[in-house]
Amino acid sequence: MSRFSKDWYLVWGLRACAFVAGAITLLIAIFIVAESLPALRHVGVARFFTDSSWQPNEYADRGTFNLVPMLAGTLFIMTGSVALATPFGIAAALFCRYYAPSAIARIYRRFLELLAGIPSVVFGFWGLVVVVPIINQIHPPGQSVLAAILILGLMILPTIALMADAALANVPADYHRAAASLGLSQWATIRGVILPSAKSGLFTGVILQSGRAIGETLAVLMVAGNIPKIPTSLFEPARTLTANIALEMAYALGDHRSGLFVTGLLLFIIIVSLVACAEWISKGRIYG
Amino acid sequence: MRTRTLSLLALSIALLAGCEETSRQKITITGSSTIAPLIAEIAKRYEARHPDIRIDVQTGGSSRGINDPVKGLADVGMSSRALRASESDGRVTHVLARDGVAFIVHASNPISELTDEQILGIFTGKFDNWEQVGGNDGAITSANRANGRSELELMMKFYELHPEDFQVDLISGENQHGIKTVAGDPNAITYMSIGASEFDIANGVPIKLLPLRGVPASSKSVASEQFPLSRPLILITTPEPLPHVSDFIEFARSESVHDLIRQQSYVPLQ
Amino acid sequence: MANHRLCLTSNWQDRVAAGILWIMAALVMAVFIWLILSIVRNGLASLSWEFLTAKPSNQGRSGGIGPILVSTSLILLVCMGVSLPIGLGSAILLAEFTPASQWYGRLVRRSLDVLAGIPSIVFGLFGTVFFCQVLGMGYSILAGGLTLACMVLPILIRTSEEGLNSVPQEYRLAAASLGISRTSSLIHLLLPAAIPGLLVGFILGLGRAIAETAALLFTSGYVDRMPESLLDSGRSLTVHIYDLAMNVSGGNQNAYGSALVLLLLLLIINGSASWVANRFRQSRIIQA
Repeated sequence: MSRFSKDWYLVWGLRACAFVAGAITLLIAIFIVAESLPALRHVGVARFFTDSSWQPNEYADRGTFNLVPMLAGTLFIMTGSVALATPFGIAAALFCRYYAPSAIARIYRRFLELLAGIPSVVFGFWGLVVVVPIINQIHPPGQSVLAAILILGLMILPTIALMADAALANVPADYHRAAASLGLSQWATIRGVILPSAKSGLFTGVILQSGRAIGETLAVLMVAGNIPKIPTSLFEPARTLTANIALEMAYALGDHRSGLFVTGLLLFIIIVSLVACAEWISKGRIYG
Repeated sequence: MRTRTLSLLALSIALLAGCEETSRQKITITGSSTIAPLIAEIAKRYEARHPDIRIDVQTGGSSRGINDPVKGLADVGMSSRALRASESDGRVTHVLARDGVAFIVHASNPISELTDEQILGIFTGKFDNWEQVGGNDGAITSANRANGRSELELMMKFYELHPEDFQVDLISGENQHGIKTVAGDPNAITYMSIGASEFDIANGVPIKLLPLRGVPASSKSVASEQFPLSRPLILITTPEPLPHVSDFIEFARSESVHDLIRQQSYVPLQ
Repeated sequence: MANHRLCLTSNWQDRVAAGILWIMAALVMAVFIWLILSIVRNGLASLSWEFLTAKPSNQGRSGGIGPILVSTSLILLVCMGVSLPIGLGSAILLAEFTPASQWYGRLVRRSLDVLAGIPSIVFGLFGTVFFCQVLGMGYSILAGGLTLACMVLPILIRTSEEGLNSVPQEYRLAAASLGISRTSSLIHLLLPAAIPGLLVGFILGLGRAIAETAALLFTSGYVDRMPESLLDSGRSLTVHIYDLAMNVSGGNQNAYGSALVLLLLLLIINGSASWVANRFRQSRIIQA
């Protein structure tokens, strides 16, 4: 009997923990929506997508509030950086697990772990003083979608590599032995056996890093140029939703401030749809 | 592991409880986010000399700084613009320092001065090559400042520009973002706090300040109120502030904080 | 004949694949070594015992980072002290007790997936409204730490859950067949066996927290003096780097120095984590 009650306390204690963890998301949603309401009421949802530009003002009727350019900037930069980082990240993981001698693999992994922890500010700083001037030589102004993609791609690469490495580690060793006994070459094994069976893990890693790419703020702000206009080439500047908040939050009042919370709300909605997509595609196996 | 985290939590709560001190006199300062960092530094120094005083600095814009002292919500207000005639009732202003904004280009740029029309043309997209304003052939990279920044407000008011008039290539936020942008691009131009620019020029950063309407851009010309693109940074109180509040204001206007004013890239009064 | 050719091509493919992987891995490493070297080369001049202990002066251009290191540790302490128990509890519930409460677990998981994707700047917006304003903490170390706690929870939970999942099912069956309560089997069997996984989660969470900037700008603030209590505003190391690089004329040198300190801290954290994990693996009574 006493055992039963001990377990009972445990389960409910754990449920309480999980409740807190789960409720945070809801709490965030509630507060972001609540702070967005004044702008949504005064400006209206439609104007955030149809206004001529982003020139916000404390008073809704004196400003324009178009968020579409920032939405486009965010999506371009996210897509570019994920497309850049994914092949390199997976290559680095494959290298670590199947090609590098074990001593090198160990050092390489340590290095990736260290890199995954480097703060975005450091990447942004380095990007601004090293990468941007180089791009400026090729095609001014330098601060551009391309710079943001490069810096962001670099930033998410180590984590993609580590997650891919973990996914590869989960492939049962039997698969490898079976493939070897069939006389498959190493690359054929990787392509035909390992990668397909690690697909779900790799996919999760990429989705999670897409989320991080969307959410990165300061590094992108430092190198992207921040013009709220839809970019038409890689060398043009762009502003992301996150940079929009960070650039203007400190000085914003009234409907302008609330409009920045609408920007946050939009980010929130994008992330929810991304997670929903990921779960739908992997049929709920995002945790698999 | 659990018990250790619990004891850490208990420790933090104890720390929290320990900080409740109410015996100190308090000065509340609200207003312009331009002045807030400077006042915070001054307050830090003042607190160190007067351990019985605690100073809370909060931002919220110049309008708040102008209104809060009258409403009794703050002891001192901060404003980065001169008061309008309608706002002078029941308020006393104390000029703390001056802020000047000038245009900066890369040090290698042969341009030595730009007229108002040329500047307007560059920032509204009429000119996009330095040749058009008397420089070398090269596409102009014009950098604006982020919405709400004091430099942008000052510049818009000076040239009577509206936000939608700007046609620029980049937008930078903090001062160093703008300076690093110009230092890394021989064809860039932006406008910048004169104090911040002078500091970096003295430290070998390849930028240069352009004169405006024939007045050289320097701390000196800002302090003497000759430089056109400048403004006062003001503290506001009611006509009869409490003694410890007046004492603080006197301190904030004294020479013992001039180094702090310069650190924040503003210009102390002579 | 056909077989022979297949073998040949796959051999040829194998070599090309290996070559490409080596090149990609080397390229990734080269870029990162470039980044790290530029930090080390520029930062080394600042580094000294005095730099680590002295107060910053002249807005951080001179002096050291003593109070900033203290603020950073306090923020991390609050963050991990709050998120660790909640995270571990939630992970145990999800990994060990979910079948018992299916819908609840699913709901918590969905919510955590979203939470994991929420951009740090949105956490910052939430923190500034909820912790700083609604709960009246103001710009403080406490508010910053709690905001970070919300942010690292999903990472903690996900990795801890993986750690628990990696414990062989036989352990649970054996414990159950011996009539050991689930609480005891959890404490004496599953948790010790899962410790390496849990540690990795702890380290990843700590790494994310120490590298965060955007969320702290709006919650723990800029004040760079020695904090006297958790309700004081305290500047984290990353915020210090950001401020020096973006706000302070002539701040580059100490920005590099602080970035180097951050790198060294990460190195120490990562190193000690893998050391502890190894020791646990060796000293475990039951060898997996």
